[in-house]
Amino acid sequence: MRRQGLRSLVLGVLAMAAIVSAAQAQGPVKIAYVDPLSGAFAATGENGLNQFRFAADQINRAGGVLGRQLEIVPFDNKISPQESLIQLKKVIGDGIQFVFQGNSSGVAHAISDAVQKHNERNPGSRVLYLNYSAVDPALTQEKCHFWHFRFDAHADMKMAALTDVIKANTKLKKIYIIGQDYSFGKAVAAAAVSMLATKRPDIQIVGNELHPIGKVKDFSPYVQKIIASGADAVITGNWGADMIGLAKAANDGGLKVPFYTYYAASDGVTAAIGAAGIDRIRLVHESPAANPTAPKVVGDYLKAYKKLYPNGDVNQPRIHTGLNMLVLAIKKAGTTDVDKVAAALEGMEWTTLNGDRVVMRRDDHQLLMPIYISVHTNKNIVFDFDNSGLGLVNENKVEIDKATLPAACKMDRPS
Amino acid sequence: MFELVLFSLLNGLVFGMLLFMLSSGLTLIFGMMGVLNFAHAGFYMLGAYFAYTLTGYLGFWPALVAAPLLVGVLGALVERYGLRRVHRFGHVAELIFTFGAAVVIEEVVQLAWGRPAKSYEVPEFLDFPLFRLFQGSFPAYKAFMLLISVAIFVFLFAVLTRTRAGLIIQASLTHPSMVAMLGHNVPRVFMVVFGIGSALAGLAGVIAGPVLGTFPGMAQVLGSIVFVVVVIGGLGSVSGAFVASLLIGIVQTFAVALNISLNSVLAAAGIPLDAQGPLHDLWKVTIAQVAPIMPYLLLVLILIVRPTGLFGTRET
Repeated sequence: MRRQGLRSLVLGVLAMAAIVSAAQAQGPVKIAYVDPLSGAFAATGENGLNQFRFAADQINRAGGVLGRQLEIVPFDNKISPQESLIQLKKVIGDGIQFVFQGNSSGVAHAISDAVQKHNERNPGSRVLYLNYSAVDPALTQEKCHFWHFRFDAHADMKMAALTDVIKANTKLKKIYIIGQDYSFGKAVAAAAVSMLATKRPDIQIVGNELHPIGKVKDFSPYVQKIIASGADAVITGNWGADMIGLAKAANDGGLKVPFYTYYAASDGVTAAIGAAGIDRIRLVHESPAANPTAPKVVGDYLKAYKKLYPNGDVNQPRIHTGLNMLVLAIKKAGTTDVDKVAAALEGMEWTTLNGDRVVMRRDDHQLLMPIYISVHTNKNIVFDFDNSGLGLVNENKVEIDKATLPAACKMDRPS
Repeated sequence: MFELVLFSLLNGLVFGMLLFMLSSGLTLIFGMMGVLNFAHAGFYMLGAYFAYTLTGYLGFWPALVAAPLLVGVLGALVERYGLRRVHRFGHVAELIFTFGAAVVIEEVVQLAWGRPAKSYEVPEFLDFPLFRLFQGSFPAYKAFMLLISVAIFVFLFAVLTRTRAGLIIQASLTHPSMVAMLGHNVPRVFMVVFGIGSALAGLAGVIAGPVLGTFPGMAQVLGSIVFVVVVIGGLGSVSGAFVASLLIGIVQTFAVALNISLNSVLAAAGIPLDAQGPLHDLWKVTIAQVAPIMPYLLLVLILIVRPTGLFGTRET
């Protein structure tokens, strides 16, 4: 009697599981978005979420994937690694198989480690981590693993592209490096020093400065120091308020040399730098600015986005690329099984909205792409940022083969 | 080198005088209530945001007057309907109240103006270099900031030491019951002082917003340093706040310019240090790297050596 009860219980559970999985098969393909939606970085997280929803809507209108629709499910991680792990548990608990995250390499490391451990221990409920913005090179090097894919160029790739441009500019003789005193700022400085030493040994590094992150009230003294050093150009990884403060102080102090930056655009930064940065602030990024001209398909995409989100900007075209490559991989795999989708993503080629050919390198799961350098200006702007009339105009393009660094990853693949 | 010293001195003066505008109000309120007003930097933030919005409607000059007045009235209201009620429950309640007010102000600003930084710009007629020297230039707007803050200092000093109102305020700070006995309305004096202190913080926000940035974190960035100024200068002492502000402004600016580390000093003295030792990172830290924490170091030193602050008469 007792055994029979047990058997019917097991049967019942099995039947229920079958019903649930059948319902899932007909329901949408859920994609988790784990990024800050409250706190100091909420503006960035919110704009990213909107770009994901917009890209997903476009895919859904075109028929979705495997006859199912995409659904972006937001999770607020408050840009804290601990909170991200709690949210990741929720994601896994909800049966979501695909996780996008981008803001902060600290968070990225936490999620990447957790995903790897979870997948090794739970082959039945694996998740795929798709990193669209965290650029610490280690994520695709010593910390790489099979279930992590990166759709942005990492810090060293950007620095390689930047130093190529500097290499060609023989007028530059003295360079000043300034950054925030934490892992990313140090990584940028180290890459700049080593790459400049090989590409342009004649260039003198006249300053290599780290300042506390988010603690500097007035950047004028730093700017005076840069002026006194006689630098021809400045390299900085500063972002947020530290970038705005540096740009404003440079303008006030009469420092006219170019600034090569990683994050001096959009999400309020373009508007806040304002006229102070015109023709001075340059940005190294993974996709071309939409000015002075952009392919029609890009223009239509930006206009449609602006119509829906008047206060936002499409500042991360890699979101469109990442989501579409995932969808293509699911189509190719014919299933949402994580291992099969990951295998389909390996080596996948894709043509971005801008017409660039990009490749997901099999060895380390780093997307290879051309890298662009553009300038902050108010001239020839068709698509501005922050509704400020200011935006980015393309200056240089570093082709994909020049922007590619050798892979340094030893990866175990599930057999 | 001369150029670096001159510009550092000027920048230090501008930043120091800005600190004075913030700390003069705070030190008066501090002396009056006996507790720190955590919301003080919040009024600085409100000043910048009010001015950002008002500049769009009225232009720069009217905003320069209207925004601090608005902040002052708001400050007076906070004192009249918030702090005065809390006062009877003692200092801890007051402290917690101002702490809460600081959080509320910051959140309300983010709700009303949004989280991204605002493009509050230097007005065009002040947006030119006042003079050029070698490669650097000194912006006219910074000279304007200096002018405003010096004017405020002179005005405040004259009011406090040369007028009857100033006498009553000073007396209320130290002997409130005696002043009340003489027939003055001490609570109203407190309200007015709180209002003026807030207005000064607001004014500091109005003129600093275009240079230091107008963003949700602006109160936090400047908030802690203002407390340092007040403690170093001495409680309730306006002249102490003045000296401490300039001291911190100049020390901080010059520290950034110095690339000297313990290592290089010892090496120059002929004592080379082991570069591999467990503390080798510490020896390599330059003064420039620790510049932003210099004021706090100064604070600790002052508290050890002279707990009343430079010009204070009371223990902190």
